[in-house]
Amino acid sequence: MVAKKVNELKEKAKQMRRLIIEMLAKAGSGHPGGSLSSTDIIATLYFHVLRHRPKEPNWPDRDRFHLSKGHCCPALYAALALSGYFDIKELFTLRQFGSLLQGHPDRRTPGVEVASGSLGQGLSVALGMSLAGKLDEKDYRVYCLLGDGECQEGNIWEAAMAAAHFQCDNLCAILDYNEVQIDGRVSEIMDLEPLREKWVSFGWYVIQTDGHNFEKLINAFEEAKTVKIKPTIIIAKTVKGKGVSFMENVVDFHGRAPNENERKKALEELK
Amino acid sequence: MAEMVYQRDIYGQTLVELGRQNKNVVVLDADLSCSTKTKLFGAEFPERFFNFGVAEQNMMAAAAGLASCGKVVFVSTFAMFASGRAWDQVRNTICYNNFDVKIVATHAGITVGEDGASHQAIEDLALMRCIPNMKVVVPCDGPETREVIITAFNTPGPFYIRLGRSKFPTVTDRPPFKLGKASILTQGTEVTIIACGILVSEALKAYEDLKKQNISAQVINMHTLRPLDSQTIIQSARNTKGIVVCEEHAAVGGLACAVDEIVCENHPTKVYRVNIKDKFGQSGSAERLLEEYHLRSSDIVAAAKSIVGQ
Repeated sequence: MVAKKVNELKEKAKQMRRLIIEMLAKAGSGHPGGSLSSTDIIATLYFHVLRHRPKEPNWPDRDRFHLSKGHCCPALYAALALSGYFDIKELFTLRQFGSLLQGHPDRRTPGVEVASGSLGQGLSVALGMSLAGKLDEKDYRVYCLLGDGECQEGNIWEAAMAAAHFQCDNLCAILDYNEVQIDGRVSEIMDLEPLREKWVSFGWYVIQTDGHNFEKLINAFEEAKTVKIKPTIIIAKTVKGKGVSFMENVVDFHGRAPNENERKKALEELK
Repeated sequence: MAEMVYQRDIYGQTLVELGRQNKNVVVLDADLSCSTKTKLFGAEFPERFFNFGVAEQNMMAAAAGLASCGKVVFVSTFAMFASGRAWDQVRNTICYNNFDVKIVATHAGITVGEDGASHQAIEDLALMRCIPNMKVVVPCDGPETREVIITAFNTPGPFYIRLGRSKFPTVTDRPPFKLGKASILTQGTEVTIIACGILVSEALKAYEDLKKQNISAQVINMHTLRPLDSQTIIQSARNTKGIVVCEEHAAVGGLACAVDEIVCENHPTKVYRVNIKDKFGQSGSAERLLEEYHLRSSDIVAAAKSIVGQ
């Protein structure tokens, strides 16, 4: 059963990666590194964890997903399209004038709950959703994908403090810990470590896992559901540019789209 | 002597009223609920009141999250922190999404008084007026505050509502508040006085003084800065010799600039400013500071007389 699910997720993630490469190459700009590092996490959410109805994006009982690291929206857009929120061909209008798919998430896109892009605010947004769910006595869960670089924003830690204070146990954050940001390695630009200890001391339940291992990701999300009183963060160790050899751990591909040659090479690897 | 009322008292009471009517009303504060008076709501509806501590950025973005789930969220703190500290959250996460978040900022302007410059928000209207989707309202007294809060509740989208710290004299014979529709308080033919907030009362005093000197002034309470009632401004520009704009705000970006933008394009005329000229505030009583920064009725009278050539 689990093996079947894992295979299914692997296949979805591969499709997502191919779409990410193709849409970014077509757009000529955008952020492949973080999109690829977060692909497996987003695939696990959209094709296993989330309770959602793609044909009814405003279904009141849906689980909420908020992409705090908004620049990685190609991965989200690929998951939304493959889920059936909109036609796959929309992906190839990414970043173009009049597109349903803006350079950073916008509510004109079916399935996008709240716009993002200015870093550090998403965990607060998710906190608000969590509080609303509790007020309405709904059993939906709220998932929020954070980048590591954005954890340098003070707003993240304000939200971390508050989510524990308000006992938001319906909230699960996932940290895409790929250790690379625009200007270089996170540890060199502004080190986040000790990260686990930081979140623990802020009152969170912390799960550390491999962000590219579907079985472990599935288990982490299951474990998070059982946590009471505390919010949970899954610190998922990932590789920036995962899946495309020449993009992996390459700082340059944080915010540069593949050219035609790179597109071909990448798609060759993602067969 | 006009009745003197704290706008924030009225705000707190109105929140309770709205909370009783609608369970979707949620109120957030950042450790200033005793001052902003949101504590009144908190006392009656503790489950729908969230104190975020001294963390305004988190509060603003969380308000957006709550609103995304159908809540009507009132968010309060001092104007300095509501407009400045969390501007990016207000811009990108509240206004860009066009969410039902009503920012009710108290302790605005120089009349904060003794706390001094760090707490005297005199740039907030400029900061809030430039954001698409935002509606910006400055009630002139206690009773108008109630009407504004109820209107904000009933009107979709984000609001920035600016309240003072000190007691405001109640303006008598005021037409009911209508969002985006200037309220004309006195008819006059020679000069127009456009004011908002606490300076509306000063403008009315100026009107009386001018009347004694046989100068006929039209006084307008321009409570809504956005959407601005440009028609009324254009008419006044046409019908009188010039406009005096009065606000407890910096000279750049507030009501005076909003009026300039309209008259420059439609009917250029003299616009004199009774506002704060490129300076920070300082400690002192509200009265003393209004004097020091030339925000009194006598300053309005002087400006009006220059316009009519006296």
